[in-house]
Amino acid sequence: MMSNMVAALNSALDNIMKENANAVILGEDVGKDGGVFRITEGLLEKYGETRVIDTPLAESGIIGTSIGMAISGLRPIPEIQFAGFMFLGFSQLVNHAARYRSRTRSAFKVPMIVRTPVSGGVRTLEHHSESPEVYYAHMGGLIVVEPSGSYDAKGLLIAASKLDDPVVFLEPTKLYRLFKEDVPEEAYEVPIGKAKTIKEGNSLSIITYGTMVPVVKNVVEKRKIDADVIDIRTINPLDEKSIIESVKKTGRALIVHEASLSFGAGAEIAARIAEKAIFDLKAPVIRVASDSLPYPFPGYEKYYIPNELKVSKAIDRIMSV
Amino acid sequence: MKKEVFRGNIDYFQIMDENGNVDAALLPQYVDDNKILEMLKYMVLARELDAKALSLQRQGRAVTYAPLLGEEATQVGSGMALRREDYFVPNFRQHAVYLVRGLPLDLFFTYWRGYEEAQKIPESVKGLPVIVPVSTQMPHAAGVAFAQKYKNTGAAVIAFVGDGGTSEGDFYEAINFAGEWNLPLVTIIENNSWAISEPTKKQTAAETLAQKGVAAGIKRIVQVDGNDVIAVYKAVKEAVDASKDGPSVIEALTYRMGLHTTADDPTKYRSDEELEKWKLKDPIARVKKYLNGKGLWDDEKEAAFIEQNKEMIDSAIEKAESFVPDPKSMFENLYSFMPDVLKEEMDEAVKENFWQGDLQ
Repeated sequence: MMSNMVAALNSALDNIMKENANAVILGEDVGKDGGVFRITEGLLEKYGETRVIDTPLAESGIIGTSIGMAISGLRPIPEIQFAGFMFLGFSQLVNHAARYRSRTRSAFKVPMIVRTPVSGGVRTLEHHSESPEVYYAHMGGLIVVEPSGSYDAKGLLIAASKLDDPVVFLEPTKLYRLFKEDVPEEAYEVPIGKAKTIKEGNSLSIITYGTMVPVVKNVVEKRKIDADVIDIRTINPLDEKSIIESVKKTGRALIVHEASLSFGAGAEIAARIAEKAIFDLKAPVIRVASDSLPYPFPGYEKYYIPNELKVSKAIDRIMSV
Repeated sequence: MKKEVFRGNIDYFQIMDENGNVDAALLPQYVDDNKILEMLKYMVLARELDAKALSLQRQGRAVTYAPLLGEEATQVGSGMALRREDYFVPNFRQHAVYLVRGLPLDLFFTYWRGYEEAQKIPESVKGLPVIVPVSTQMPHAAGVAFAQKYKNTGAAVIAFVGDGGTSEGDFYEAINFAGEWNLPLVTIIENNSWAISEPTKKQTAAETLAQKGVAAGIKRIVQVDGNDVIAVYKAVKEAVDASKDGPSVIEALTYRMGLHTTADDPTKYRSDEELEKWKLKDPIARVKKYLNGKGLWDDEKEAAFIEQNKEMIDSAIEKAESFVPDPKSMFENLYSFMPDVLKEEMDEAVKENFWQGDLQ
């Protein structure tokens, strides 16, 4: 069935709720409203108020109670309305969700999925467009996943629901309804921690994820660039192997993400390439990202998010060496 | 041994009912008909501005907008009760408070076109910028109040928080600081009955939101009809006057007659009957009835007033729409100095024309 990402995520949640009686969805407006992006539409009617819970407006409370549920054998799937508001629950994630297993030597585990929309490009108000993946990836202990299409979104969410780990599941707002892909109605899994090579080529490796995947695809198609395009899909743990194999083949690495440049995921990926494939490189690794600024008000976002021109010029630069 | 260690109660009051009848015993002497007329004018103007912003959004000339329709009395009553020296701390829906405090209207429209320059709020307004993450403004408000006390300015701070906002930790932390430090902080809970799709009863099992102040040790706590501009004005004025002696909590019961924001669809979660019930309690209609009866307001006067406002609003929109953003301002205002690495990013964007267009 051709589905956009909203429908695919909704279908995944339906599959998870049907299969696992201990799965519980909670968050602001997830019940009657079906979530502000309609990801949980229809689930309240299907699974009832004890499993699809409209909570008080309290992000730390939503994540913290989810941790308590998770260590007690439930599988909570909290939704945080926007990634910018998830910082109110940051302490619960990094101080607790990330550490329960290690600090109890696996006696306690936190099987939960915190879902939240991320990134911009849709002219929303302040704090509705952040790309916070590295905050969560940096900690250790949190799985960080970010699909760029409907098929992966459903498969990754279902895979996350089988893990006994806390998963931060980031959904690019701009891609919710941008395009449709063929998505099976039944449950299936897309492996967490595995990158996907979207397109194969020999002269350049472009490593990207999230909202930048369609931007990179457009540039590569328009300019007929002979490149490997790799959607990493999981930020943590990183599929280093796929990246290094590709870079060893092409000798050039361009990393593209929407999150701001400094200390971003690109820095981590570039460092790993430097450590494991520097002698295979024909050109310095280049990162394309938003500038090292907080996400601006909507009037300025078109100057902030990397556009196709910025990606294209970076390709020129890397190919000219 | 057993003894009672706490007992408390919270009063509710309304001065002007939905039919424009005034409870003379409660009407304070400092509120005369001229004052009520001024309140009405601000509320009518606020509603006009609100409708205009909504219409601009629908035309693609504004970003996602959060309408204030229905909450004019809570905001105008509060704003007017401030003295010139007092500060206010909004969340994201207090457009009428900014209006009363004299924010240039072009800045209001510039904000809703999505530019940071709109937040260069003139010092005379004595208001903080719009704050979007719910309740996170509350500790700032306590800090601003601490600074007034520290500097002995005599000023009060009024902070706005919604019904949903009272569920956040920051709300409790802020009022607790206010209680413990005995700050000149007036917390106004603008209870508009809905936090997007969730009615207030989904936020708390408590009977009132006002009573949350009790546990913070706050002595002055009251609940008012938030659609009664006189009741709000009185509650806030008395709290501001008493702020040198400590904090207050005021819960104003009002109703979000419109959308949470223009991205919201209330028909999904609330009934028309409920909205119709609240329309009868409209904050503006009752004041008109009252002033009509006094011969101070009529349809003709209202039409003239609206016409006169229209010119002012249109010229503010014109000014806002003539604003030309400069992407360099994103870089130049991030720190007190320009780091080399940041300048390099800015210079590259200029040199390579990243801001000018896209790949053809």
